[in-house]
Amino acid sequence: MTSSSAPTDGGTEPSGPESGDIEQSAVEKVVIVGSGPSGYTAALYTARAELNPVVIEGAIDGGGALMKTTEVENFPGFPDGIMGPALMESMRAQAERFGARVVTDDAVALDLAATPKVVTLEDGTTYRAETVIVATGSAYRYLGIEREQELLGRGVSACATCDGFFFKDRDIAVVGGGDTAMEEATFLTRFARSVTVVHRRDALRASKIMQERAHNDPKISFAWNSEVVAIHGDGAVSGLTLRDTVTGETRDLPVTGLFVAIGHDPRSELVRGQLDLDDEGYILVHHPTTATNIDGVFAAGDVVDHVYRQAITAAGTGCAAALDAERWLAAHGEPVTLIPNEIYAAAQVR
Amino acid sequence: MGANTKATSDATFEQDVLSSDKPVLVDFWAEWCGPCKMVSPVLEEIAAEHADKISIVKLNIDENPQTARNYQVMSIPTMSVFVGGQVAKSIIGAKPKAALVRELEDYL
Repeated sequence: MTSSSAPTDGGTEPSGPESGDIEQSAVEKVVIVGSGPSGYTAALYTARAELNPVVIEGAIDGGGALMKTTEVENFPGFPDGIMGPALMESMRAQAERFGARVVTDDAVALDLAATPKVVTLEDGTTYRAETVIVATGSAYRYLGIEREQELLGRGVSACATCDGFFFKDRDIAVVGGGDTAMEEATFLTRFARSVTVVHRRDALRASKIMQERAHNDPKISFAWNSEVVAIHGDGAVSGLTLRDTVTGETRDLPVTGLFVAIGHDPRSELVRGQLDLDDEGYILVHHPTTATNIDGVFAAGDVVDHVYRQAITAAGTGCAAALDAERWLAAHGEPVTLIPNEIYAAAQVR
Repeated sequence: MGANTKATSDATFEQDVLSSDKPVLVDFWAEWCGPCKMVSPVLEEIAAEHADKISIVKLNIDENPQTARNYQVMSIPTMSVFVGGQVAKSIIGAKPKAALVRELEDYL
């Protein structure tokens, strides 16, 4: 319960302008924007610290990227694997068990420089918060070629697990060379007659195990050094034009499905102009902490991390953000239970 | 199924949807579809708030593949509005409530 002895790193005194303010009761201690493994883990930790967090999980994307996956084989603790959506439902339930308030709506505006900080939702609700944890994740990247959006859901898909079912005995293409592309290609062989992996280079980025699975699958073939330059079809996809990235030659690929798995972009639009971002739009944090350039704002998960991008690393940084927020609140006069000072102080090299 | 929507099937599609006097929104969904789960409570709300204007029914595509095939559903969730037995509008992919209401405003 003692907090005044907590070290502060910015040189300011522990009694911030927030502490003891009038209308204090209406200001949340922690608002977490985004869900998925990082948002829900941040919620679990801050809830157990009795900070009564609010989680703005997203109107449709609640649970994050794992909601669009099937079997997750690499989340520790599940030797037989677990379905992505089931893992997210469990994480959400675990956070709620300790009092996290999960709001199924989208944040549409954040004012992070204000005191207190303001989070505005699509339905007009606003939350005021002492600390904000940004865990908005990433979004599928599309090819950005003509007719792609028009034919989305009509043969073009960014979600194999959602749409694969509809391609029984069809010939289809998967674009990309990473783990997601291999996972989708392998998954889609359950339904499709053939799967052609279209990749710009002559080698895959995917992990060894995923590559082997794809290479060993008789239904999967590879179009190396190829990119999709046109999508054909009237009302539904009927074929693609590929261009050889080395020779420039074009050829037609007669497929009725195009699954796009070329990577992700950070969902940092809401904080652009407020938080420091790198050239690709990922939020910059003061490693090894999750602190951003704005005091009291922390960021975690795939909106920060373009290196590891795993459910377990997202959960890990979500936990770190929760502990950082707890520490920040303690330094600003909130009575919170802390992890031992010396452990934290040793880790905090800013 | 929620309190405000009902399940339809290949066998009852004619009766539940095609011969309805009111516009009917058919939610093509499946158990394994994460985005379908996210949009489901939103459809419940819309059904409750606009019960006088539109009925909302849910068609499990695993159990009822014929109807999904007939209407060339290639992605779920697909939400199709049937008026007088014909598809008047199709919305593909989960969307937030405000966006769905906007897309459905002609029928609400």
